[in-house]
Amino acid sequence: MTFSAFLFQALNGLSTASGLFFIAVGLSLIFGVSRIINIAHGSLYMLGTYIAYTFATHIDGGLGYWGGIVATALIVGVLGALIEIVLLRRIYRAPELFQLLATFALVLVINDATLWLWGPEDLLGPRAPGLRGAIEVFGRQLPSYDLFLIFIGPLVLILLHFALARTRFGRLVRAATQDREMVGALGVNQAVLFTSVFALGALLAGLGGALQVAREPANLATDLVAIGDAFVVVVVGGMGSISGAYLAAVIIAEVKALCIGIGVVDFGFVTVNFSKFTLVAEFLVMAAVLIARPYGLLGKPQAAVRSIAEPEEPIRPATPMLKTLAVIVLALLMCLPLLAQSSPYLLILGIDVLIAVIFATSLHFIMGPGGMHSFGHAAYFGLGAYGAALLVKWLGAPMGIALLVAPLAALAGALLFGWFAVRLSGVYLAMLTLAFAQIVWAAVFQWEGFTGGSNGVIGVWPPPPFDKSWVFFVLTLLLAIAAVLLLRRLLFAPFGYAMRAGRDSVLRAEAIGIDVKRVHWLAFAIAGGICGVAGGLFAFAKGSISPETISVGRSIDGLVMVLLGGIQTLTGPIVGASLYALLQDTVMRQTEYWRALLGIIILVLVLAFPQGIVGAAAHLFGKRRAP
Amino acid sequence: MSVLEVRALSKAFGGVRAVNDVAFVVEPGEFLAMIGPNGAGKSTCFNMINGQLAPDSGEILLEGKNIAGLAPRAIWRLGVGRTFQVAATFGSMTVVENVQMALLSHAGEIYRFWRPVAQMHRVRALDLLGQVGMQDAADRPSRELAYGDVKRIELAIALANEPRLLLMDEPTAGMAPRERNELIALVKRLVVERGVSVLFTEHSMDVVFAYADRIIVLARGRVIADGNAAAIRDNAKVREVYFGTGKTFAGAAS
Ligand SMILES: Nc1ncnc2c1ncn2[C@@H]1O[C@H](COP(=O)(O)OP(=O)(O)OP(=O)(O)O)[C@@H](O)[C@H]1O
Ligand SMILES: [Mg+2]
Repeated sequence: MTFSAFLFQALNGLSTASGLFFIAVGLSLIFGVSRIINIAHGSLYMLGTYIAYTFATHIDGGLGYWGGIVATALIVGVLGALIEIVLLRRIYRAPELFQLLATFALVLVINDATLWLWGPEDLLGPRAPGLRGAIEVFGRQLPSYDLFLIFIGPLVLILLHFALARTRFGRLVRAATQDREMVGALGVNQAVLFTSVFALGALLAGLGGALQVAREPANLATDLVAIGDAFVVVVVGGMGSISGAYLAAVIIAEVKALCIGIGVVDFGFVTVNFSKFTLVAEFLVMAAVLIARPYGLLGKPQAAVRSIAEPEEPIRPATPMLKTLAVIVLALLMCLPLLAQSSPYLLILGIDVLIAVIFATSLHFIMGPGGMHSFGHAAYFGLGAYGAALLVKWLGAPMGIALLVAPLAALAGALLFGWFAVRLSGVYLAMLTLAFAQIVWAAVFQWEGFTGGSNGVIGVWPPPPFDKSWVFFVLTLLLAIAAVLLLRRLLFAPFGYAMRAGRDSVLRAEAIGIDVKRVHWLAFAIAGGICGVAGGLFAFAKGSISPETISVGRSIDGLVMVLLGGIQTLTGPIVGASLYALLQDTVMRQTEYWRALLGIIILVLVLAFPQGIVGAAAHLFGKRRAP
Repeated sequence: MSVLEVRALSKAFGGVRAVNDVAFVVEPGEFLAMIGPNGAGKSTCFNMINGQLAPDSGEILLEGKNIAGLAPRAIWRLGVGRTFQVAATFGSMTVVENVQMALLSHAGEIYRFWRPVAQMHRVRALDLLGQVGMQDAADRPSRELAYGDVKRIELAIALANEPRLLLMDEPTAGMAPRERNELIALVKRLVVERGVSVLFTEHSMDVVFAYADRIIVLARGRVIADGNAAAIRDNAKVREVYFGTGKTFAGAAS
């Protein structure tokens, strides 16, 4: 690449940076004041693009376009205020995990609302009136609209900076970011402050989305892509820091631009197409920053929390009643193959449920006893599934080997990602794990030659005798039993106790010689490995897999299963996973708008049953000790 | 050789010099009190000795070996037990499990994946609980205990690795006067039996003067006095720090 081409790419990167900045800065501001990670921020951004599209295509000329952009920002801002007043206000005191889930539920609802209003097609807006041309820079054509974007990012940064430095509102925002209690003590109307900050953040996201209308089509997948990028930017820049957000946006955008600019390079022995590594590069930057500065370039350290919803009861061995119940359930499951003739679908459903049980139990292992709320458990499911499927595809490996490699592939991934993740806690950990999962997804999606890209891998069928669904069912059942018992055994062993010790009090654990990070790292890896078993089984059960296997949706499914059952009980994830998988296979298949339905279920769950089903049942029966 | 020797220890938080050029020694078997008004730097000292904070400068010699800057878990392995000003235990475990954890760690058995904890070191843990008078509460969740009892659990935990030095930051905070005396008397008896050295902080002068072998007084990050009860009582600087001029400890204590 020539030097001028390099500079041109750098300019391109700056225009992308502005877009990233608009979404990240709102996320960062909202977090600073309310300590809520608004996962729905990407959805607000997406809405911005759709609304601006409608204005621009229904009202001609500059008014429709530029006026539409301003109107869009205001509309999204108002929507943000409504969300804060109706929903978030009720959950400020709830555990972080619930806040994250609630905002994720919004993602689902908004996505389906957008689908309903605008339809599934990509919508490309008109070009911006007045900025249709291009200017020549370094011997290439740079669209003048991009030039405009390059300047608007820093402009908004400066405006925000002055607003925060000079106005009363700004002082309050800064005070709240530094010390939330203090604002309450000053007698400031907290509700108004929180609502206006949320509205401001939403407005900025809406503005960012609206400005994209001339560059990229409005697309229903934008919400998660945008929030993924924004997370990386905010983590790199430091939560709560607006200058950090811009700095990080520029770094990330430039690194991506550079990857695209470098393009295909022939190293002699191997040809590498760098433009396929944009997302991986993003991850590498984040990893580097997190090693050097765990709280981002311009962020401030936060106290470590491995929070749980409520004080937890000591764990006890299974009561005779529970053991009897378990035996009965297992006996019933063993009988299921007998029904195979009359109703084959039942076995398929059974396999789905069992895979979900392995998935959820492994997630619960780190979430409950470990206190690490992973929002990216799908990564290990996906690594297991792809590990197995690719082995079959490329090497024609037998199923036995593939099912052995599945957990190993997931374990390797979990060892790598977990090393970073355990250095953080609370929402930081949640975001980082989510970002890692997105990276695995992106790597699979972009590395077409190896993984089949969006088409995935097909023809991963189990060999005889496992091609009979009852045999495969029995295999799945045995592996599920093994996984559940193994994880349970670990929890009763010193290692499991050490995990909980590290969660309960890092201070005390370290003071009695426990290396909390190491214990949690190992736990993370074990959970990943077990989850890989579920992934491997999934590949053979379905016969084909696609990047959808690793989607954020699957990570969230896991969270919902765990919360549905109750995070503080060891049997919770089993009940939660079974119920959820059954629900998904029956109710949700009935409607095109299953996402919204799921979102509403999550919201109800978060607002009404914070202890999960098993937890609520235990309370209901006046039994203090949940099994 | 002294069990602990601190030399020219300093730590600043921003502009606040929390600990400023502090030096003292702890002799084998000594029951040493560190006193001083709120914010004098006592907890900061403790946090540096047990590794929670890295000193800005200075040396911390544990039996001649410099441990400044080591991690808390490394220092624990060298035989330093610690109780915190705000008691820290594992809330989701029973009382006896809390002590078992310390014993498991001491025995290097944290990375065991199979055998259930329930019976591991339970007898020894119950024995330790017996020594601090908490055996009856063994199977209760530790988070249900009264604060004074939690402090006792912390003591049992701290004794689990047979420490040579025990750091106790306000072991009696939040206790009634009688309970305070009992606990300190108990600590003193236990450590005399075992030959453990203890460095503790305490706000009750009665307790300090009655039990401490020697007393170090810290004020605004500096050691202003170091000596036995009588010497400290008569020290003009100490009286000034505590009461301004005029009053005496005899007058204050009554
Ligand atoms: N982590 C910290 N960050 C900033 N300042 C700190 C920190 N820890 C302690 N300080 C300051 O250092 C000084 C000494 O505090 P320290 O807790 O050591 O006092 P102390 O003697 O233990 O007081 P007390 O009797 O109230 O426990 C105080 O001015 C305190 O505000
Ligand atoms: Mg203190």
